[in-house]
Amino acid sequence: MTPPAPELISTAHSPLTDPELHAWGWEIAVYLFLGGLTAGLLVLCGHALWRGRRSPASAPSFALASSGLPLIGLAAISLGMLALFLDLAHKPFVWRLYLTMQPRSPMSWGAWILVLVYPVLLAGVLLDPPSWLGARAPALTRRFRAIADHDRTRRWIGLVSIATGVALGVYTGVLLSSLGARPLWSSGLVAPLFLVSGMSTSAAIAHVVSPDHGERDQLLRLDSLLITVELGLLALFLIGLSSSTEAHAAAARLVLGGPYTAVFWVGVVVLGLVLPLGLQILTAAGRIADTPVAAVLVLCGGLALRFVIVFAGQTSHWSRP
Amino acid sequence: MTRLGMVIDTRRCVGCQDCVVACKTENRTPEGYHRDWITYATTGRFPSLSLLIQSERCNHCDDPPCVSCCPTGASHVHDWGGVVLITRDECIGCKACVASCPYDARYIHPDGYADKCTFCIHRVERGQDPACVAVCPTRCMHFGDLDDPESEVSRLLASRRHHTILPEAGTRPRIFYLE
Repeated sequence: MTPPAPELISTAHSPLTDPELHAWGWEIAVYLFLGGLTAGLLVLCGHALWRGRRSPASAPSFALASSGLPLIGLAAISLGMLALFLDLAHKPFVWRLYLTMQPRSPMSWGAWILVLVYPVLLAGVLLDPPSWLGARAPALTRRFRAIADHDRTRRWIGLVSIATGVALGVYTGVLLSSLGARPLWSSGLVAPLFLVSGMSTSAAIAHVVSPDHGERDQLLRLDSLLITVELGLLALFLIGLSSSTEAHAAAARLVLGGPYTAVFWVGVVVLGLVLPLGLQILTAAGRIADTPVAAVLVLCGGLALRFVIVFAGQTSHWSRP
Repeated sequence: MTRLGMVIDTRRCVGCQDCVVACKTENRTPEGYHRDWITYATTGRFPSLSLLIQSERCNHCDDPPCVSCCPTGASHVHDWGGVVLITRDECIGCKACVASCPYDARYIHPDGYADKCTFCIHRVERGQDPACVAVCPTRCMHFGDLDDPESEVSRLLASRRHHTILPEAGTRPRIFYLE
């Protein structure tokens, strides 16, 4: 007969008042989502800069959509950092982040990566300035137009943008996966999962804002590919956890029959990945009209993924005797 | 090198919570928060039951994840004794250390900074025992230098079976429980 599970009573966390650790709330989930979105936008913009702009017909390169993407990125990362700031419990000391570099702390790396994100996004805005900016600051836009016309410089800025985007996307995952105390997060797949999810959400936004039909079609196919990869990574993530230690398997069970099952399978997998993928395939095949519904679903799915991972992860823990 | 640690005899501990009250009094932790606590684990099937009582707190691990994840260096290992401490004015309250601790030993103080057991370093540096050790009515708690083979804690560990909490978490805790 299987021995009964030990009955554990702790005066530290009373099951009546504090059933589990919840250090991080909605702010971190929102920040990770917006950080991932910005990471994807940086990669798309960097790609556009690398391939060359203003010639979408001869060299499709998300050139038209990219003109608005850095601005969306600036808004997204600013909102994300506001959420991050709201989460801090000791706000007057936030400047302490920038007096040091802690090489073993992913959050320290993230703080410095965020410093790089702003100038790179700003360069993206200025290298292909929106018309209202061109009208108000003609000298500035002329100067940046000259830089944009210099192929080598523009390509380098594109590469820096891609590298910054990948670093930002990967860091949002490493931030969680480095915390071995929470078994759901201690998987190396969280980082690529968040990076691919971030790129997928950015492709969805680019698809909505792009004015060019050919480019929209290209972005649709890119997003379909990214969603497929994301589904694969999610499967590998859960298989990896389930076949690891009992603590990790128990963490996986939080979304495989546990309390987060419904929101994960309905919100993240079906509504956030499978349904938009189906809509995108039908759109690409010309069976249905091109609508922003799939993009909205992808964005909601990306946000739901961060919420599930952040909240379920904090519930997961190592087993006590 | 001094490596401070604690040895707790689970056969003597009766779970009276004197250590919890002493810590609250000594460190004036805010209402609703405490740096140490008692766990009561009942195993087996009636009538063959066994009860394990443990006084728990920050394990001042040799490989503390709360220190490595801290983005500002506020969480640090003290120069003397290897005690894990927090510099309040460097803590931004990001809660990464709270999430990183497999023992849930940390909490966010109502004033915003992360807080936890300090091994009563202010007492230890004056040559006194931590408050929890000093008040224990069953004398089940022992404190000292784990690197000194002649210390009471080292001799107890050499002579008795013992365990740490969640060794599989890989943090190498420095609180040992005699069985």
